[in-house]
Amino acid sequence: MAVYALAMVCYFVELAVGEVVVPAAAPVPAPVAAASGGSTITLAEPPVAVPAVPRGERWGRTAVSLTVLAFVLHAAGVVTRGLAAGRAPWGNMYEFAITATLAASGVLLLGLRSWRVRAVGAVVVPVLLLLLGLAVTVLYTDAEQLVPALQSYWLWIHVTAATLAAGGFTLGAAFTVLQMARSRAESRGRTPRWAVSLPASEQLERMAYRAHVFAFPVFTFAVMAGAIWAENAWGRYWGWDPKETWSFITWVFYAAALHARATAGWRGRGSGVLALLGFAALMFNLFGVNIWITGLHSYAGV
Amino acid sequence: MVAVVERTASRTPKGLGPVGWARWGWRTLTSMRTALLLLLLLALAAVPGSLLPQQGVNPSRVAAYRDEHPDLAPWVDRLGGFAVYSSPWFAAVYLLLFASLIGCVVPRARLHLRAIRSRPPATPSRLERLQEHRLLSSAAPAADVLTAAREALDAGRYRHDDHPSSVAAEKGYLKETGNLVFHVALLLLLVAFAYGHLLGYTGNRVVTEGEGFGNGQYDSVSYGASAGPGDVVPFTLHLDSLDVRYQQDGDQRGAPRGFDAKVRWTMGARSGTADIAPNEPLVVDGDKVFLTGNGYSLVFTVRDKDGTVVSKERPSVFLPRDGNNTSIGAVKVPEADGGLAFQGVFLPTELMDSKQGPISIFPDLLIPKVFLTAYTGVDASASVYTLDTTHLKQVSDNGVKWTRSIGIGETATLPDGSSITLDTVRRFANFQVSNSTGNLPTLAAAVLALAGLTMSLLMRQRRVWVRATPGADGRTVVEVAGLGKGDSEGLRAEVDALAAELARRLGEQPPDLRPPGPRTDTPQVAHREEST
Repeated sequence: MAVYALAMVCYFVELAVGEVVVPAAAPVPAPVAAASGGSTITLAEPPVAVPAVPRGERWGRTAVSLTVLAFVLHAAGVVTRGLAAGRAPWGNMYEFAITATLAASGVLLLGLRSWRVRAVGAVVVPVLLLLLGLAVTVLYTDAEQLVPALQSYWLWIHVTAATLAAGGFTLGAAFTVLQMARSRAESRGRTPRWAVSLPASEQLERMAYRAHVFAFPVFTFAVMAGAIWAENAWGRYWGWDPKETWSFITWVFYAAALHARATAGWRGRGSGVLALLGFAALMFNLFGVNIWITGLHSYAGV
Repeated sequence: MVAVVERTASRTPKGLGPVGWARWGWRTLTSMRTALLLLLLLALAAVPGSLLPQQGVNPSRVAAYRDEHPDLAPWVDRLGGFAVYSSPWFAAVYLLLFASLIGCVVPRARLHLRAIRSRPPATPSRLERLQEHRLLSSAAPAADVLTAAREALDAGRYRHDDHPSSVAAEKGYLKETGNLVFHVALLLLLVAFAYGHLLGYTGNRVVTEGEGFGNGQYDSVSYGASAGPGDVVPFTLHLDSLDVRYQQDGDQRGAPRGFDAKVRWTMGARSGTADIAPNEPLVVDGDKVFLTGNGYSLVFTVRDKDGTVVSKERPSVFLPRDGNNTSIGAVKVPEADGGLAFQGVFLPTELMDSKQGPISIFPDLLIPKVFLTAYTGVDASASVYTLDTTHLKQVSDNGVKWTRSIGIGETATLPDGSSITLDTVRRFANFQVSNSTGNLPTLAAAVLALAGLTMSLLMRQRRVWVRATPGADGRTVVEVAGLGKGDSEGLRAEVDALAAELARRLGEQPPDLRPPGPRTDTPQVAHREEST
């Protein structure tokens, strides 16, 4: 699996991106154990004094190039997994995690092309790394056929939409975090050094909004496709099972966030908090529900 | 209701009559802030239902919860915690939310209708004060400029309206249309959901291979408030065989890989065969038959102490309890002298574990063993899966509880000489029959909601004006200005495009009065990455 190599590469990306934007508050890298060898590698984040712009610029470019490389390797990993299993690689949590992170990474790269806010990488990449690390260490399971409940073309439709939406929401959450940090800096009246390379909070807010506007209808479609599939598999399109319930909660939070944005006094901070709540619910649905509520039965290897 | 102009609730006034209070209440309810709070409440109210077991989703887990928390369970019951989604307080939240929604949508729909029928707003006297403003000059006379402007606006799909020295235009009405369609569709969705719940029904029936049932003869059933046994589609179903495949090796050993129920159905003069599998239900006249579970039926023969057959080859359904099909069941033989009953644990692949005792390590029949304990007496309880041992006497052997384990074809003998034989093991299928009334309206409402939502989020409302006035130098001064409604994302580009298009039609240079862009200290990332 190329995923371990990818994790390594991503660390360098994080390092590089970190130098540009987060020397003060560097994310602490989590140790990733190799799925094969079991050795643990931890990279310490060296404290870096912010250099003149050209140097940061060079680092930033390196970071993006490395992200592209990581993405290619990652994609290769997912594709080989699909080939190994002889089906779409979305049959268990390990596969879902690697696919979802790939989607987020792809959306990130597309975003970097058009939005030119490289700092967003500093937020997204560590999250991706953490999830990938989890996938390789905790969730790993051999490539096998699907359980019968998943043997349906709705798997393609439903999971593709859900994954795309999750990628969009991840990006939106990253922008929201940046926007909040930046607007706090703005309200204090001085721009700290890490914020120099960020656009104004109002612009970040707009980008977050765009990410959400893209992801929300896609997520809505994913929930509907899920309902149609549920009707075809279990004879009811909505039964308030935990997965459905948390999709509903996620959807309502994001709906509230979109409404808040158009409400006087809620735009920015209020809507941002709601969007982050929505993101938390989304993450809980992807991971928490599977691990704590259903039990680990269907995802062996833990 | 992404309102642009928001009506906030007024502060609590003093000395209002009942009408005034009612009006204040309605104003408060339909305000955006209230809608927001209700949305938040709705999300939070949904949480407990995912953490507490729900009667409608998993009744057995509710029963287990009651056993584990005898003190807490009554309180959870009082608060509707085992039926959150049909509880009054949950309903209160969403009904208030929908009332607020209606109160918001109706006036907006009226406004929107008026806006669609009316003409674009008149040209403001000072265009340079608007969000976006471009200045060109043209050699063409003002009338020709306005003609060109109308053509450019047509190309940009604007609705426009003529004024003496200017053209006013607007586009993006579909944004608000979509918004309203979405919210109305949500209402329809709620109605369709309720309609389906009133008329629908779901029944379950366990069928052993070689047996059948008539629709309506369920083990358990829940009818909607307006449905009953008279509404079911009259067909019969016979299960010929149930084929099962499991993963044989690797770290997912024992995971199910395929279920296939081969059935025959008859309905009046019509009949046919079908395969029912997960995701592949059989549809008979609007009733759908799903394969939702499977397990083992143990076929026993019981003889008395003289060897005479008391009950011959009777299947007993053993319900699976885990992924390796450790199953629990009961055998009731009221025909035996004084009555006889057995409780059993069935292990499809038995392994004697040093810590846990006998366990099943694979879901398929590799080393099948059933562990039996016996009782004398007649168990009159309704359940076919469990014994009610209150009026029964456990059989013991020299003061020790009698317990035996037997495989297929083997016999266990009780102290009094009577015996029980495991003849064979068959599979059973659990069929769920669901009526899909109400699915189509629900789907239609959902599709409508999605279409409206997408439209309202992706469309943009724009107002633009073009004014042409004779300048001092004999050329015509042309102003292009724009205003975004709600969000002005991308407005600059659109006004630029319009100004450039107008300049092209007039054969002039496009304006380069671009205001400075947003401040970014990072130079643009190169569009061409190093190849990887």
